[in-house]
Amino acid sequence: MCFEAKRLFRLALGPVLMLMSAVVMAAGAEVSQVNMRPGVTEVGKEIYDLHMIILWICTIIGVGVFGVMFYSIIYHRKSKGVVPATFHESTKVEIAWTIVPFFILIGMAVPATSTLLNIYDNDDADMDVLITGYQWKWKYEYLDENGENVTFFSNLRTPQNEIYNTESKGEHYLLEVDEPLVLPADTKVRFLVTANDVIHSWWVPDLAVKKDAIPGFINEAWTRTSQEGIYRGQCAELCGKDHGFMPIVVNVVSQGEYDEWLSGKQAEAAEIKELMAQTFTLDQLMERGKSVYDRSCLACHGANGEGGLGNAIANSAVATGDLGEHLEIGINGVPGTAMQAFGGQMNDVDMAAVITYQRNAFGNNMGDMVQPIDVYNHKKG
Amino acid sequence: MGDHHHGPAKGLGRWLFTTNHKDIGTMYLWFSFAMFILGGFFAMVIRAELFQPGMQLVEPAFFNQMTTLHGLVMVFGAIMPSFVGLANWLIPMMIGAPDMALPRMNNWSFWILPPTFLLLASTLFMEGGAPAFGWTFYAPLSTTYAPPSVTFFIFSVHVLGLSSIMGSINIIATVMNMRAPGMTYMKMPLFVWTWLITAFLLVAVMPVLAGAVTMMLMDIHFGTSFFSAAGGGDPVLFQHVFWFFGHPEVYIIILPAFGVVSQIIPAFSRKPLFGYDSMVYATASIAFLSFIVWAHHMYTVGMPVAGELFFMYATMLIAVPTGVKVFNWVSTMWRGALSFETPMLFCLGFLVLFTIGGFTGLMLSIAPADFQYHDSYFVVAHFHYVMVAGAVFSMTAAVYFWLPKWCGKMYNETMGKTHFWISFVGFNLAFFPQHFVGLAGMPRRIPDYALQFADFNMMSSIGAFIYGASQIMFLYNVIATIVSGTPVSDEKVWDGAEGLEWTVPTPAPYHTFETPPKIDPAHAHS
Repeated sequence: MCFEAKRLFRLALGPVLMLMSAVVMAAGAEVSQVNMRPGVTEVGKEIYDLHMIILWICTIIGVGVFGVMFYSIIYHRKSKGVVPATFHESTKVEIAWTIVPFFILIGMAVPATSTLLNIYDNDDADMDVLITGYQWKWKYEYLDENGENVTFFSNLRTPQNEIYNTESKGEHYLLEVDEPLVLPADTKVRFLVTANDVIHSWWVPDLAVKKDAIPGFINEAWTRTSQEGIYRGQCAELCGKDHGFMPIVVNVVSQGEYDEWLSGKQAEAAEIKELMAQTFTLDQLMERGKSVYDRSCLACHGANGEGGLGNAIANSAVATGDLGEHLEIGINGVPGTAMQAFGGQMNDVDMAAVITYQRNAFGNNMGDMVQPIDVYNHKKG
Repeated sequence: MGDHHHGPAKGLGRWLFTTNHKDIGTMYLWFSFAMFILGGFFAMVIRAELFQPGMQLVEPAFFNQMTTLHGLVMVFGAIMPSFVGLANWLIPMMIGAPDMALPRMNNWSFWILPPTFLLLASTLFMEGGAPAFGWTFYAPLSTTYAPPSVTFFIFSVHVLGLSSIMGSINIIATVMNMRAPGMTYMKMPLFVWTWLITAFLLVAVMPVLAGAVTMMLMDIHFGTSFFSAAGGGDPVLFQHVFWFFGHPEVYIIILPAFGVVSQIIPAFSRKPLFGYDSMVYATASIAFLSFIVWAHHMYTVGMPVAGELFFMYATMLIAVPTGVKVFNWVSTMWRGALSFETPMLFCLGFLVLFTIGGFTGLMLSIAPADFQYHDSYFVVAHFHYVMVAGAVFSMTAAVYFWLPKWCGKMYNETMGKTHFWISFVGFNLAFFPQHFVGLAGMPRRIPDYALQFADFNMMSSIGAFIYGASQIMFLYNVIATIVSGTPVSDEKVWDGAEGLEWTVPTPAPYHTFETPPKIDPAHAHS
């Protein structure tokens, strides 16, 4: 017996060590999580229950199968001088192990079907949010019956210095954005999900929502939660270079706070409208332009306009050439390349500022500037 | 050795112009091992970057090239050719045929592979870099937004498909026409059965892959819009076409592995396979089901709910024939007289870990739950359990099992067993924690991750380095065996081994079964 125990120990050593280290890790660092989260929605809890039921069924079957296998490994060894049996084929046994799993599967399929139907129940939503995936950010548009849509982009907020290890990483490293999606609690929100360039996927584990964002098509998903809080997720479909750097943050607040936030956003939009009619000085445009550049251009064109995935801006033919052509590229992009059309995702004030900035920074010294009205006119053609 | 007929030619010409199934098998095996090392090197770059949060070694764009090439090289360069090599060596010897049915085509299907992979690897040095859109190359990331090297990638895929189709036609022709008299279909060894079915799968789906990349080519260079909504096309069409190839493809990889395990477990259990007939039927059922489950890779693309339900039910059904296989292997061991040489250890590793991969596969088939699993590290863990612990472990078992027959020398058993245990521990350390981070919300194919995933990623990287390093021991053991292993002359090599390949002299002569062997009609099957 001692000998067998030793053998068994050796056989089991690998997986046991592995599990032990996993448990130690999980206990040692509270942030390490080993299982799916039930999340904060009814659907999320249903999915979690489904996941746990199937995990347990698999575990029980696994214990049975591996139990038989290890029994053979321990007791039916040639080294113990056993004479091998010669039996093979038994119609009864074979029918049993075909039929029984079939019924187990039916047992799994029933709750799975009901949860799936629930996930697909997109009707009777209280509000709609259009989510558009861009390389590499999300746009949120609150669809309003009166056409007063609130629209904004949500970009990664983690500084490059943290990513490149020159500063210590913050608590929500890579899972923080400049402007989160704000949703009211206890409201059925329907998401209309699409993309502008390549396929992305909008995933927030705590809301149990994952839906592919496909250019040219609109997918639907929905959520409702009563738990206020901040929920974080990421793009789940490979979408190019910065796929790992386009997080999602959802801030669920009370209806009152939401209304206040929404009217704030509407006021902001009105303010932008007003700004669009104004004329700015070069300094004002440069200041605004730098922040726009850092947010929207830096990832491809480099912190000093030195280029990267995109062309260099410092000393480039475009940024030191004809202003109209420069504006054209900024607004309509370069088809067939990674240079997107920013005309639709940037307001005219920001566009004017960033074009001006590109022409007067990084050693470029054109001295000219673009006003919002110029952008407006260019768009009009 | 051969009392008549010539031996192999001398020099490089032997390998370039050979039509001998054993030579071609050997070349396939060495080539696939070289690709395994190359693909493994890409994996090491990935795991080194993921060792800690933050970007340390490579840029995100290069990271994506690594994940893409790792997948492509491992699937098309390492695993598939390795099983073709095994088929070349063993199928004629297992069915009592003198060679493959189409030996000149056999030569060609191998020799177009090395230049193709050279071309694919050379994209790393092209302007814009290598393909960076994942081995599944979803449009439009792989069309409108792809680097210029995508055209070379498309050409590579075309040629790989050509090679696979030729190889498969050869296997089908050989198995159907060249069996020794008396070797009926239901007497063929299971490895031959699984490969016959695999070859049909390949002939059916490789043209579909060729179609997918041809449509990409047209979209990129000739102004069509198959996959672009702006021109009336549909990016999701790409995924349907790709996975119509891609799902049978995963069975193309695993079915020959099932065949290997079904040969080795009975040998070291000293007991016939429990249910030969049901193993054949299960293999055929899996192959059939593989054609009607493709969209389970696409549960989140926004299919109608009826489609989701169909693909969910069909996918769940695969658990039945797969279960039959696992139960069969376990019943074969039951009341046998087991011994644990290296090939058996790798098969037992396969049995445990593949079953775990099967369980996670069943979990993934549940559409609503997949909304949480999809494109997370849980999926990465799942398919490495079936691809590495499934296909690669069984391939490793096959090499240890048949190597003494091929070269007439015995490998170092202690080193083989050590290789197994290090591989086993390294593999599990690398991939088990990936279930945890996936469930906790870590997406796949990201070069950097949030801090709560740090501990498990570090474990995973350490495990991957251990698993990678253990392959050097494997290489050393194989070379040492060929160069200076202990000679074996026993025809059977293993006392429990059954089948025609164990009736020829050891090492197997250059030409075998020039006169067909006599098959004992009473003998059920080998």
